[in-house]
Amino acid sequence: MGFLPTDEQRAFARSLDAMLTASDTPAAIRAWAGGEPGPGRALWGRLAEAGVFALAVPEAYEGMGPLPVELAHAFVELGRHAVPGPVVETVATAVLLGELARLGEPGPAKRLLPGLAAGEWTATLAAPATRAARHPVPYALDADRADAVLVVRGEELWRAPGHGPVRVSADPARRLARPAPGGELLAEGPAVAAAAAAARRWAMLATAAQSLGVGLALLDRSVAYARQRTQFGAPIGSFQAVKHRLADTLLALEFARPLLFGAAVALADGRAPDGDLAAAKVTAGEAGYGAARTALQVHGAVGYTEELDLSLWLRKARPLRDAWGAPAACRAAVLAPYA
Amino acid sequence: MDLSYTRTEEAFRAEAREWLREHVPAEPLPSLETAAGFAAHRAWEAELAAARWSVVSWPEEYGGRGVDLAHWLVFEEEYWAAGAPGRVSQNGVQLLAPTLFDHGTAEQRARVLPSMATGETVWAQAWSEPEAGSDLASLTSRAVRTDGGWLLSGQKTWSSRAAFADRAFGIFRSDPDADRPHRGLTYLMFDLRAPGVTVRPIGRLDGKPAFAELFLDEVFVPDADVIGEPGQGWRIAMSTTGNERGLMLRSPGRFLAAADRLVGLWRAEGDPADSALRDRVADAVIGARAYQLFTAGAAARLATGAAAGADSSLNKVFWSEYDLALHETALDLLGPDGELADGAWAEGYVFSLAGPLYAGTNEIQRDIIAERLLGLPKGRR
Ligand SMILES: Cc1cc2nc3c(=O)[nH]c(=O)nc-3n(C[C@H](O)[C@H](O)[C@H](O)COP(=O)(O)OP(=O)(O)OC[C@H]3O[C@@H](n4cnc5c(N)ncnc54)[C@H](O)[C@@H]3O)c2cc1C
Repeated sequence: MGFLPTDEQRAFARSLDAMLTASDTPAAIRAWAGGEPGPGRALWGRLAEAGVFALAVPEAYEGMGPLPVELAHAFVELGRHAVPGPVVETVATAVLLGELARLGEPGPAKRLLPGLAAGEWTATLAAPATRAARHPVPYALDADRADAVLVVRGEELWRAPGHGPVRVSADPARRLARPAPGGELLAEGPAVAAAAAAARRWAMLATAAQSLGVGLALLDRSVAYARQRTQFGAPIGSFQAVKHRLADTLLALEFARPLLFGAAVALADGRAPDGDLAAAKVTAGEAGYGAARTALQVHGAVGYTEELDLSLWLRKARPLRDAWGAPAACRAAVLAPYA
Repeated sequence: MDLSYTRTEEAFRAEAREWLREHVPAEPLPSLETAAGFAAHRAWEAELAAARWSVVSWPEEYGGRGVDLAHWLVFEEEYWAAGAPGRVSQNGVQLLAPTLFDHGTAEQRARVLPSMATGETVWAQAWSEPEAGSDLASLTSRAVRTDGGWLLSGQKTWSSRAAFADRAFGIFRSDPDADRPHRGLTYLMFDLRAPGVTVRPIGRLDGKPAFAELFLDEVFVPDADVIGEPGQGWRIAMSTTGNERGLMLRSPGRFLAAADRLVGLWRAEGDPADSALRDRVADAVIGARAYQLFTAGAAARLATGAAAGADSSLNKVFWSEYDLALHETALDLLGPDGELADGAWAEGYVFSLAGPLYAGTNEIQRDIIAERLLGLPKGRR
């Protein structure tokens, strides 16, 4: 047993980190939220070039996948840099189409997957987040920016003709809309439900990884601030109440990390570990959100402002915690095998 | 990144499972915090040792099987899943033995370890003093030089199971003039039945009498029982506290088994409409899994030669708070029966209450995490 990232996995994460650091993601996020998707799309192209989307696309369709462990590494970096856009949904779409092909419906995969792996076009996906979801079809993320809006309705997969009004999210870089009814029926039958379940697992994994990355970035910034900000003649980071809160944040993130990679390894082994993914999702989501609460408290009022780039991460943490499996649904999924 | 066990690890698992299935007592032993329970647990240690299961990771010459950490983790999973008794030799095995492997002499290892492995000699840790808890380096018990050894005087306290144990290991001030409190301390082993030692049992929160304070009045310790160099006691003692806080003290197997029992209790007693309680049961399952995977990563890092270091403080805070939350959830599931003081959950609960205190309080651990892992500035101490 050797539960450590390989040298290649580490190097992949480092190179993504370097690329994203050089890309000025805060500017791209602000532009994305403000109605100017150009820089976000450019970022998208660089991610595709780095192979991020190909990790979820089978080799038969010009991808490199499925490689969930590498994907988890990549999405931690996407979270650390708060990359905007329907990145998770694109991965979920890729898995959905790849899985459909494996189950004997290769048509949509042939048409859509190679371009998706190459970053030539983007997709978003509206599918129930958990088996027991209360809302049968949730909002589609960034439907106004994606080239294709796919919708799972029971055992049917549709390509929507468009979307309803765009609604404001707590995170302005997330744009929410309901897919329009009708459109093109891409596939139907039990294979659609099975493929959607696979897509949901990958979406949970990628969202959990993003949450962890968001949390790590928030902690890094909070620690740096606590070392430098002085009050009462001392750095606030020397006060025990501040220290302990930051220590707890690290604790939560460091115990979410192994769950994330444990679930990724299980997925790579070809098991369908719903409980493992749900455990990773809820734990990383809560840890990321906890890191946001801590970051706000440690930064004081300046943390409460939109101007500070911190807000770009702060506002992401809660929506990510609830996307693709809210905590209560995840906890229920963890216990489902025991019922 | 790999979570599969090797064929030898699986074979080891099968062998352990088979042996445990045949030997684990059908009825739980009485509490090891009582005199009768202590004796029964000692006998169990002897039975484990006879089949070389008591200290699997030790070298064979001292009674172990010479296996690595991964095998130890596998053994622990099987051990706790089998419902086997708590380990009365734990203090010696987890704290003194690693110290002797790193800093002891060959003679000390040959003399001390085999009888520790069999439970014939049970060891107590004598570090804390009434005025030196979190600030352990302020301890005042003395070791004074004499012919061929040292004379120990002073008071130690909160010594787990010392009421029934045979020997103890502790830190003593040997140079009262040293410039800093961490200097001039010496690490020694002594006999709890030696002339000059008085052991006074202290009832724990549940009244069980295994805890004790020790009064020492010129207790003679020969030079052969000094661990490492005189005056280096602090450094030597601290080099192994990582073991106490870290994965050796609380193996994931123990919590995996406990979470399983909790789920069983939830299925038997849980109200399906109570989703708040259900979420806490789920968190217990998740926490055990997180700890298992965290430990798998830590073991893999150690196998590459990395040192445990301050990471063990993350472990300690995690398992102690996890253990408490798990037991509180069990009591809530038991409802009115949760108040009853006999039974495994009640005993486990009382024990879990101490987790955030011993092995360095969680406040102190959080300071270590903040300063050594996050690099925050030192504050008032
Ligand atoms: C069940 C149990 C078993 C034990 N077994 C052993 C044993 O076998 N051998 C042994 O030597 N000892 C043992 N101990 C003692 C244990 O190590 C000490 O209790 C522990 O180190 C704390 O010391 P204290 O109890 O004196 O508390 P204090 O140090 O007086 O602390 C009291 C409270 O103040 C807080 N505090 C103190 N200093 C600070 C600070 N700088 N910042 C923030 N908060 C602070 C502490 O966190 C704690 O909450 C055991 C204790 C228990 C409960």
